[in-house]
Amino acid sequence: MTSDHMVDAASHPAQPGIAETAEERVSYLRAGHTLGSWLFTSDHKRIAILYFISVTFFFFVGGAAATLMRADLLTPQADLLSDEGYNRAFTLHGVIMVWFFLIPSIPNTFGNFLVPLMIGARDLAFPRLNLLSWYIYMLGGLFTIYVLIAGGVDTGWTFYTPLSSMFANGNVVLAATAVFIVGFSSILTGLNFIVTIHKLRAPGMTWGRLPLFIWSLYATSLILVLATPILSVTLALIAAERLFGIGVFNPSLGGDPLLYQHLFWFYSHPAVYIMVLPALGVVSELVAAAARKPVFGYQFVAGSSIAIAAIGFLVWGHHMFVAGQSAYASAIFSFLSLAVAVPSGIKVYNWTATLYKGQISLDPPFLFAMSFIGLFVVGGLTGVILAMLAVDVHVHDTYFVVAHFHYIMVGGTVSAYFGALHYWWPKIIGRRYSLAWGRLSAALIFLGFNLTFFPQFLLGYLGMPRRYHVYPPEFQVLHVLSTAGASILGVAYLLPFTYLFYSMRYGKPAGANPWEATGLEWSIPSPPPKHNFAERPTVTRAPYDYTIEYEESDD
Amino acid sequence: MHVVRPLIFVWAALMSLLALTIAASFALTGPLSLVTSMGVATVKAVLVYWFFMHLREEGGLIRLAAIAGIAWLMIFFFLALADYATRSSS
Repeated sequence: MTSDHMVDAASHPAQPGIAETAEERVSYLRAGHTLGSWLFTSDHKRIAILYFISVTFFFFVGGAAATLMRADLLTPQADLLSDEGYNRAFTLHGVIMVWFFLIPSIPNTFGNFLVPLMIGARDLAFPRLNLLSWYIYMLGGLFTIYVLIAGGVDTGWTFYTPLSSMFANGNVVLAATAVFIVGFSSILTGLNFIVTIHKLRAPGMTWGRLPLFIWSLYATSLILVLATPILSVTLALIAAERLFGIGVFNPSLGGDPLLYQHLFWFYSHPAVYIMVLPALGVVSELVAAAARKPVFGYQFVAGSSIAIAAIGFLVWGHHMFVAGQSAYASAIFSFLSLAVAVPSGIKVYNWTATLYKGQISLDPPFLFAMSFIGLFVVGGLTGVILAMLAVDVHVHDTYFVVAHFHYIMVGGTVSAYFGALHYWWPKIIGRRYSLAWGRLSAALIFLGFNLTFFPQFLLGYLGMPRRYHVYPPEFQVLHVLSTAGASILGVAYLLPFTYLFYSMRYGKPAGANPWEATGLEWSIPSPPPKHNFAERPTVTRAPYDYTIEYEESDD
Repeated sequence: MHVVRPLIFVWAALMSLLALTIAASFALTGPLSLVTSMGVATVKAVLVYWFFMHLREEGGLIRLAAIAGIAWLMIFFFLALADYATRSSS
């Protein structure tokens, strides 16, 4: 240590780390220091931080439930949880991860932060509605925590009737109320994004110049607004049947149990695309920034987001192939489910083509994007396998399905979430983090994830049903592998929070554009000033117009 | 008054359509009754959309948003009926 440093440290004993920069002093982070300035803010960037803290909290609560399950599955007997306890653990894991982490994860944190910055606006169209959406989310979250403390619920995250309406003893109505409430938060966010993207684009920011992350959030918002009300109505119908005996789903009252599954999956299958579309948008940004090239086939990548959102509404019946749905309907849904693979395939091919001859930097965001692409392809291809009627009959409700959707929702979306975190963290906080630790955690997450979920494909194919915690001893080896992977994954998910938080105090100032990326968000200081742009930007260039810095090789 | 007058006409039209629905429920039976009541309901819905919900005065984007709501409901009915209409009773 030089004597200068020693003098510096001695004169500021209470403030180790790198001193506040000029950009930080005028940033949104310093615009008010009281708790009230955060809780009553209408600044989209601060609301994004509020969401970030809340969804991260629920991610670890849902993760704790998964930890209990994986620990219980180490042995073929039930030695940690009772049957009832296991049911409650996987239900809470599902409810919390789907509605309190995955659905709001990327849109409400990075979407909130970046939509106005990327389109050159001062804020979202309805800033106070944005804050209301967070309060509604928190109210739903409090209900969920109450359900957790009050003993949980055991129907599975799907709340299938007649189990949920007639037989389940847990806090079904309360849990459904929590999901009902949080749905309104989704609707408000979707509405806000749609209006913002239509009305607040900077001059010159045409639809053909929108960043692909914005296109994917636009598609996501359409689903949020069109699908979520169906879920609200469906949950209200369960409450009506359970509380007032109105026959909707109960056959003895003249209802039809399958009607519930139709209604539920009409929301919940598009909801899978709510979870994965923002991740696809993130990966488009990360791939272009890492390759330093325009995205190959921009219009097709943008259009495929809208196509996924639209076709995603037509495939819900593939959840009901063995539920008693007519063979004719199953055939239609099987075909439509295969069709949705086409726009997903377009994206993967176009990312690959973008990387071709790119000057790729192996920074953490790119490693997360690459692990996303690998895991999304495995998840997507097993989805195509599951869309085949005959194969689905064999592996329906087995661990094959569990592995498939975890590859999409955890391998895909959570990897993209961490990729986005590593890419935009210097913009959000204004500090650089350790790239070496970032690379290590990307690698660990990829390894831990595969070790956790790949054995589950084998388990499912061999006949291990989902939602059981007592199983024949021959399945134990694969379950032990899976639990070992989950332990690595758990540590790997905690790791980024150590070096990222460390960087808030000790990281070097990031500068406006640490990745030398294109996009309006990189044209303003990091962290951004309270009102984003000093003057309204005018866009005159195509998106991702990276200059060619290197001579092409001869091959 | 010129603002209120069309609204009163629309209201009157809705009331007469209601009368028609009630009359049809007595006069007709079977598929014809279903077709008539669905047809009348559609006309009523269009009147409400067009006048009471002010779509008459709005631009293409808002009309598109309103149509999307209906279109998605139709998607649900259409594909759910693909199951209900072809389900075997055994």
